[in-house]
Amino acid sequence: MATDKRELAVAALKSGTVIDHIPSEALFKCVKILGVEKMPQKLTIGNNLDSARLGTKGIIKVADTFFPEATLNRIALIAPTAVVNTIRDYEVVEKRRVELPAVIRGIVRCDNPKCITNNEPMATVFYVTEDGEHIRCRYCNHTVANDKANIL
Amino acid sequence: MNPNSLVSIDDLSKEQIIELLETARYFEEHPNHKILDGKVVATLFFEPSTRTRLSFETAVNRLGGRVIGFSDASTTSSSKGETLKDTIKMVSNYVDLIIMRHFLEGAARYATEVTEVPVINAGDGANQHPSQTMLDLYSILKTQGTLENLTITMVGDLKYGRTVHSLLMAMKYFNPTFRFVACDELKMPREYVEFCKKQGIAFEEHSDFSREVIDSSDIIYMTRVQRERFSDIMEYEKVKDLYTLHNAMLDTSKENLRILHPLPRVNEISQDVDDNPKAYYFDQARNGLYARQALICRALGITPEK
Ligand SMILES: [Zn+2]
Repeated sequence: MATDKRELAVAALKSGTVIDHIPSEALFKCVKILGVEKMPQKLTIGNNLDSARLGTKGIIKVADTFFPEATLNRIALIAPTAVVNTIRDYEVVEKRRVELPAVIRGIVRCDNPKCITNNEPMATVFYVTEDGEHIRCRYCNHTVANDKANIL
Repeated sequence: MNPNSLVSIDDLSKEQIIELLETARYFEEHPNHKILDGKVVATLFFEPSTRTRLSFETAVNRLGGRVIGFSDASTTSSSKGETLKDTIKMVSNYVDLIIMRHFLEGAARYATEVTEVPVINAGDGANQHPSQTMLDLYSILKTQGTLENLTITMVGDLKYGRTVHSLLMAMKYFNPTFRFVACDELKMPREYVEFCKKQGIAFEEHSDFSREVIDSSDIIYMTRVQRERFSDIMEYEKVKDLYTLHNAMLDTSKENLRILHPLPRVNEISQDVDDNPKAYYFDQARNGLYARQALICRALGITPEK
C-alpha cells in the first residue's frame, strides 16, 4: 500500500524533481543543503515512510525545479542512498543515485573549535578519505564520519 | 598560493626531503653563507614560542637576511579583531617570506591561500610543525649515517605528540621499524596505526619500556608525558615513572643508539643520561638551525652553490 501511495504521489508531479530513499534522520539536513525552504515552487516533504531498504525513509518533491548535479551530490554525504528522479510531463525521464564528490566545500562545519575555519570568515573544505566513509578538514586534518558531519 | 610554501611535512616528496637534508648538511659546514642579502623575512608568532622563533631568526640572520615581526599576538592588530587574512595580506606587502606560528589549527594552510609570498609553518596548534620534523630527520641521518632500515622507538605521549606523528609520516619513505611504547591512555592513535599498516611499515606496540625494546633500538624518541593529558589523575601517577629513561637502562644498548627528545623535557629523561654519549637531544636542537636554514632557502627559491 505504502508503495502505491508513493508512486501516486510521484506521478502527480507534472514536472520537477523527486528525491527518494533519503534516510529519515538525514531528511531535514537534505532540505537545508538543497535550500528548498526558500524556493517559491510547490514543495512536498515526507518523512518516516516505509522503506524495505532503509526501514523508514524521507522524500523531497519540488515542482518545476531541476537541480544541477553538483548541488544534488552535496546530499550524498549524509544521504548516500538517495535516488534522484527527474520528472517531465508526468514521466520519470531520469533516475540516478547521488555521488559523493571528492571535495566538499562550504556545507560542513569543522567540529574542532580550534580550527581556523571556526575563527575566520572563510569557507570550509573537506576531503573524502580513502574509505569513503569519513571526511577530513583541509585545514586542521580533523576527521569525522560522513553521517556525523555537522551541516552548516 | 606560492608553491614553495611549507605547511606540512606531507607536502614533501622523498626527493625533496633528501635535498633539504643535503642543504642542511651544507649549512652545518658553512653556517654563515650570506645568500639572503637584501631579503626581508617576517616571523609572525601569534602564539609565543621563544625556542622556535630564536632558531628561525638565527637562521635568517646567519644567512644574511633581515627579520621583522612580532613574538606575541597581544601586541598586534589581531588582538583588535583583525582577521588573519588581513594581517597576512598587510605583511605580504613588505616581505619575501613569512614564517608563522599560530594557536589555531590550519592557520598556516589558510595563510598560503591568501598570499603569493611563501609561508613556512612554524607550528599551528596541535596540528603541524614541519621544521621540527626536518630537524629530527637530520639528527637521525647525522647520527646513523642513513635514514633507511632503522628501528625507531617512540616513548611517552604518542596520542597528542604531534612531533611523533609527523616523524612517523615522514619516515614512510625509508623502510623503518617502529616501536610505540605508551600507556593505554596515551597510545598511538588508530589513524597512525592504520597508516603504518597501509604503508607496510613494521611496528609493535608495547606498554613496557623494557630492556629488550631499548637494546634493539637505533633511535629512542622520548616525549613528555603531561599531567593535563590524563582524565584520571590516578592513572597519571601510576604511569608517569614507567616511561622515564635512566642511564642504567642504556647499559646493554646498541653502540649506535641515540636518544632524541623535542625539548623541553621535564622528568622523562633523568639528568644522569645527559652525560651519556648516546644522549643527543641538545645537539638535536642545534640541528634545527641548519634544517631551518635549508627550509628558508627552499621557500625563497635560493640554492646555495655547494
Ligand atoms: Zn578543521
